[in-house]
Amino acid sequence: METLKKEKTASSKQGTKRISGAEAIIHCLLAEGVDLIYGYPGGAIMPLYDELYKFQDKLTHILTRHEQGATHAAQGYARVTGKVGVAVATSGPGATNLITGIADAQIDSTPMVCITGQVARHLLGSDAFQETDIIGISTPVTKWNCQVTKASEIPEVLAKAFYIARSGRPGPVLVDITKNAQIDEFDFSYEHCTGVRSYKPYPKPDIKAIEDAANLINAAKKPFIVFGQGVILGQAEEQLKSLVEKAGIPAAWTILGLSAMDTEHPLNVGMVGMHGNYGPNLLTNECDVLIAIGMRFDDRVTGSLDTYAKQAKIIHFDIDPAEINKNVKADVAVLGDSKVTLDLLLPMIKNNTHESWHNEFKKKYKIEFEQIIKNDVYPTKDKLTMAEVIEEINIASGHRAIIVSDVGQHQMIACRYAKFKQTKSNVTSGGLGTMGFALPAAIGAKMGAMDREVVAIIGDGGYQMTIQELGTIFQNKTPVKIVVLNNDHLGMVRQWQELFFESRYASTVMVNPDFVKIAEGYHIESKRISERKDLKATIKEMLASKDAYFLEVKVEKEDNVFPMIPSGASVSDIRLK
Amino acid sequence: MGDWDKEMEKKWFTISVYSENSVGLLNRISGIFLKRHINIESLNVSKSEIDHVSKFTIVVYTTEDWVRNIVGQVEKQIEVIKAFYHTDEETIYQESALFKVASTLLFDERNIQNIIKDSNSQIVTVSREFFVLAKTGRRNEIDEMYQQLKPYGIMQFVRSGRIAVTKSEMKISSLLKEFNQ
Repeated sequence: METLKKEKTASSKQGTKRISGAEAIIHCLLAEGVDLIYGYPGGAIMPLYDELYKFQDKLTHILTRHEQGATHAAQGYARVTGKVGVAVATSGPGATNLITGIADAQIDSTPMVCITGQVARHLLGSDAFQETDIIGISTPVTKWNCQVTKASEIPEVLAKAFYIARSGRPGPVLVDITKNAQIDEFDFSYEHCTGVRSYKPYPKPDIKAIEDAANLINAAKKPFIVFGQGVILGQAEEQLKSLVEKAGIPAAWTILGLSAMDTEHPLNVGMVGMHGNYGPNLLTNECDVLIAIGMRFDDRVTGSLDTYAKQAKIIHFDIDPAEINKNVKADVAVLGDSKVTLDLLLPMIKNNTHESWHNEFKKKYKIEFEQIIKNDVYPTKDKLTMAEVIEEINIASGHRAIIVSDVGQHQMIACRYAKFKQTKSNVTSGGLGTMGFALPAAIGAKMGAMDREVVAIIGDGGYQMTIQELGTIFQNKTPVKIVVLNNDHLGMVRQWQELFFESRYASTVMVNPDFVKIAEGYHIESKRISERKDLKATIKEMLASKDAYFLEVKVEKEDNVFPMIPSGASVSDIRLK
Repeated sequence: MGDWDKEMEKKWFTISVYSENSVGLLNRISGIFLKRHINIESLNVSKSEIDHVSKFTIVVYTTEDWVRNIVGQVEKQIEVIKAFYHTDEETIYQESALFKVASTLLFDERNIQNIIKDSNSQIVTVSREFFVLAKTGRRNEIDEMYQQLKPYGIMQFVRSGRIAVTKSEMKISSLLKEFNQ
């Protein structure tokens, strides 16, 4: 705690007042602008729940059906609002159940604060009931974590937790609070944290690097932008658009960058990565300058690094110094908040169009359209495809829905075909690939954006990993639209088995329950369709509903997602079939 | 990264980490090595030249790309002020060792006295049953002394992690000043 005292703090001290640690937690949350939290009670966190009861008019607590659901809901909320999501759990199993969501938030840079109860200070290390070393367990998957054993430490630690979670490259923070610290009283006052001396979240922009970047971009004949979530987290959507338009540079999204730019923008040429579009992947290896903005060259984006954009000069814009040269060596690294660095870059950029280069993308799109997209979106076969469902949602929502996807084939299809006009509209588990993410994340997304349509797109596998959150939707009357694209398989694994394991379908067939009956059990309006003639009207009906709605769409069982870059292959080796 | 492994030469690197003194930071730092399946050859934690700032000295045998990656991740930890890596040529480094040996040997084995003299070690304590030798130096010097004493019987042996200072400056004070402004 020595160091905390030295931290710079802003705002003058409020008057102090003697309250319990648990009540202090509430006041800290309120001071940080939190009005909604997700969680699940239990022994070691009961003092906090007792205070939540008293403060329910100021702070809404949503009881999820599993602690993992609480973290994903907090993530969904954070992703659509840009605010810090909060999840609460008790010690032991409550705390360990948070880990998947925390790991997901860590790898996808989602601001989240998790508060766990812990056994009383005097019981630490005694293997007490529901004692677990959650600090030790959560260390590798948190941006920061801290155990609080004294009530008086609560305000400083929570202030620091929120500051760290939201600043710089955001991430999850866990604060573990012993039961005695929740019960004991102390003189409460709160000061926001505005800095930690060993932590520099916003690197100072280096003008020389930005000039170098501008020179490379201005001299480029075939420049190509790949944008990631850093654009959304840095609120640099306008700057990205200006750069793309001014310099006439084709731009492609990573799945977490999706929705940072209107998907219909003529220079938005599609998605990079394993199931991305044909042009953006192939032309990665033909561009002369690759401008990576707020993305981290994940292996699902790059394929084999040995053959990734070797011909190109690489410009890497990122806020996190540890990302520079981690996977791909940058010729020019521009550190800093994307909004700040792009604002500095823009005046140095010359107007350009790069028409013939842009035509290369159009040509590749035509090939992809003929061989893949046409059959995906406008199929002529009997069985429904996942892509035509997404397309109907696009049409019915006017590209204005928030799409929350789970993990697998339906996710790749959603990220390929969903259309977005607004930023922060694509919520998916990218880095960790957490099946079961979507249903609870959709709850958080809806609560964070009540004025918007939120549609969860989920496979039949992932749906059953967190299906119990239907209870949360029912209890809170959360009007989310749930679409299960049911192919009665773990489709993506099945696809790999077909392509790379000689069709040995080990444990990928799902014998599924009656999903409609399950939803009905939670009194959620629900429907199952399996024929094309019913698709349009049902999607319309679903979106017109003011309440939660469950739609199961029976789709072709053996469809594969293409294009595909086989694992470890080059982006140039992208397969169309 | 894996591919660079093949091409690049593995070397000894000394990683110096300046940090706040906080519970759990050691776990956080060691986890970074664990995640990458890289063994920590030696680890020492002590105070540094700056009040209230701790210093980790970590020795690894790996490629420069990996050590750069690790230092980047270490530095990213909230309580880490700054981390550096250096090759052996860029540092002055030492280890310390203690040898507990039976006192009878001092009288029965003449060569023991020669070993003590030649190795430049110090006698820390002598009792009826045993005496303790302290030796500070490079790893190979300590190993050599160990080999020489071994035939006579070593009751206990312990060697510290590497401690090192660098020939070039590590600008921590100015970094801290910058923050305070």
